[in-house]
Amino acid sequence: MKILVFIKQVPDTAAPLFVKDNQIDASKIDKYAASPYDEYALEQALQIKDKDASTKITLVTMGPTRVRETIMQGLAMGADDALIIKADDASEMDGLAVAHVLAAAAKKIGYDLIFTGIKGVDDDQGWVGIALGELLGLPSVSGARSTQLQGTTARVTRDVEGGKETLEVALPALITSSQATEPRYPTLKGIMSAKKKQVLEWDVPSLGVDSSIMQPRVQMVKLDMPPARQSGRLLQGEPQAQVKELVRLLREQAKVI
Amino acid sequence: MSNNILVVAEQADGKFKSITHQLLGEASRVAQQMGGIVEAVVMGQGVKDSASQLGAFGARKVYVADDAALARFDGSVYAPTLIELVKRIQPKMVFLGATPLGLALAPRLATHLQSALTSDITGFAVSDGSVRVTRPVYAGRAMAVYEPKTFPLIATLRQNAFAPATSGDGAQCDIETLAVTATQPKTKVVETSKSASGKVELNEAPVVVSGGRGLQGPENFHLVEELASALGGAAGATRAVVDAGWRPYAEQVGQTGKTVSPTLYVAAGVSGAMQHLVGMKTSKVIVAINKDPDAPIFKVADYGIVGDALKILPLLTDEIRKLKEQG
Ligand SMILES: Cc1cc2nc3c(=O)[nH]c(=O)nc-3n(C[C@H](O)[C@H](O)[C@H](O)COP(=O)(O)OP(=O)(O)OC[C@H]3O[C@@H](n4cnc5c(N)ncnc54)[C@H](O)[C@@H]3O)c2cc1C
Ligand SMILES: Nc1ncnc2c1ncn2[C@@H]1O[C@H](COP(=O)(O)O)[C@@H](O)[C@H]1O
Repeated sequence: MKILVFIKQVPDTAAPLFVKDNQIDASKIDKYAASPYDEYALEQALQIKDKDASTKITLVTMGPTRVRETIMQGLAMGADDALIIKADDASEMDGLAVAHVLAAAAKKIGYDLIFTGIKGVDDDQGWVGIALGELLGLPSVSGARSTQLQGTTARVTRDVEGGKETLEVALPALITSSQATEPRYPTLKGIMSAKKKQVLEWDVPSLGVDSSIMQPRVQMVKLDMPPARQSGRLLQGEPQAQVKELVRLLREQAKVI
Repeated sequence: MSNNILVVAEQADGKFKSITHQLLGEASRVAQQMGGIVEAVVMGQGVKDSASQLGAFGARKVYVADDAALARFDGSVYAPTLIELVKRIQPKMVFLGATPLGLALAPRLATHLQSALTSDITGFAVSDGSVRVTRPVYAGRAMAVYEPKTFPLIATLRQNAFAPATSGDGAQCDIETLAVTATQPKTKVVETSKSASGKVELNEAPVVVSGGRGLQGPENFHLVEELASALGGAAGATRAVVDAGWRPYAEQVGQTGKTVSPTLYVAAGVSGAMQHLVGMKTSKVIVAINKDPDAPIFKVADYGIVGDALKILPLLTDEIRKLKEQG
């Protein structure tokens, strides 16, 4: 069983960001990490490997030099090897261009099952996963929270409006993850063994994607901080008085009840 | 290419969802500025009869794909019919909801049409024929403006971010029946489980009351539920309490849960971590109850009470109930 997990490196999602000249101010980013949904994707893949040790997990990422650190983290968590597609300008490509590059790479390395995140917590487009499935002609399931394999069938559980459902899809297939149990931390042994794992490096031109596809169809022209919320007022007094005052304000000032 | 906008309507059991009216409202506004008209497409089984209702909400023409194969939504089954339609009628833009259906269809359209895509948009502006789309990025930590370089533009619109179309003067619309490009579904549902029904859906609730770890344990969440029900709203939760198994994932608000934008959001025993804030920051009014005066949640709250949520919540519920009784 050969599984590909697509990992996108993004700025730490727990830290605030700052905007400068219509861009995220990179000098204020302390830390990059795998997009959280991609960590869930990897955790789902690792749980398949926990049950069947013959499973081979390959991480694939496209981005600038700094992505290596994130890939080493994924290898330390338990993935077997990795492919880095070097591209300093990855953030200027649109989702379709990214999907074409990744699809060309996937075809070269082969797969039975592909995981991506449901969206990257940077441009938040949620474009690349499904597009990759379409370009490879694979059936895809979006928003998985857990995945189990039974022979060559994947059983995927996901949240739907008002409940949960479990779907079956025959492999090869593509799954986008939106949840999992808490992604595991690398063990010391994992960190040591990661250093010996194979990390291939390819470049974008070698994948031969048509230049018309590489032209972005959509471009970001402006970036701002979101409108700030003013912090409001703290209500004083005993609990009963605070509550009475709150209800009065919600009714008379905010007019929401 | 036309200057028209194609709206992908969503319905359940023959009733149009609120997102459909929001899509039509924004499409009408934008189409007018661009000198185009609004068209809609309805897909499903048994949807034929309700299609004409969309005329009153601004659609000049409605395409109907009514087929047993479309009874359950499956992206790869729905997409071919929609792709064929877009190729034929050449709209300038296609509007879908940023819902599971829209988010599954939009990338399929964009891939096969090799077109521009913008997801989960919250604003739309047209000037001198050029189109600018506003959308939150980095999970709401920044706001971006995008410009399509090619058309059609495929856009998914965030729920509750656009004003719905109101029923007009009962305008007529043309109906055209589509031939469904029948493909076999590649996925099979083997199990479904419903969470407790009769409750207000979190995304659509006008009021959300969320509880965090400050509630001390699952046994205290009835306090959150009681306030939510007194206010006619829904109960929410932080990831910390979902991970602890106190509350179901369906209630999780935040980056890896739901994004809500109610008129009133009450956060009780919630610290206000960045990943929680991005899921509720656009609420109209925010109330925080926390025993720690330095909790970050107070930075976004319009009104705050520093105190014990276990004491404050029942008092608040009582006070709201009294108010409702007085009418
Ligand atoms: C990748 C990633 C994704 C995440 N996604 C989400 C998400 O979608 N949603 C989400 O919510 N979190 C998310 N988180 C987790 C987030 O970082 C916080 O850990 C979480 O929101 C904290 O939950 P909490 O406020 O319930 O708990 P805590 O941070 O432990 O806060 C509890 C609060 O309760 C207060 N308190 C204690 N006792 C009382 C009392 N008796 N009365 C009143 N107040 C009291 C305390 O002062 C404290 O402020 C994510 C984290 C990561 C890393
Ligand atoms: N540069 C990239 N390298 C590897 N995977 C990517 C890249 N960009 C996107 N992906 C994958 O596609 C998913 C959706 O990304 P996006 O369409 O950017 O929201 C991510 O969660 C990743 O799994």
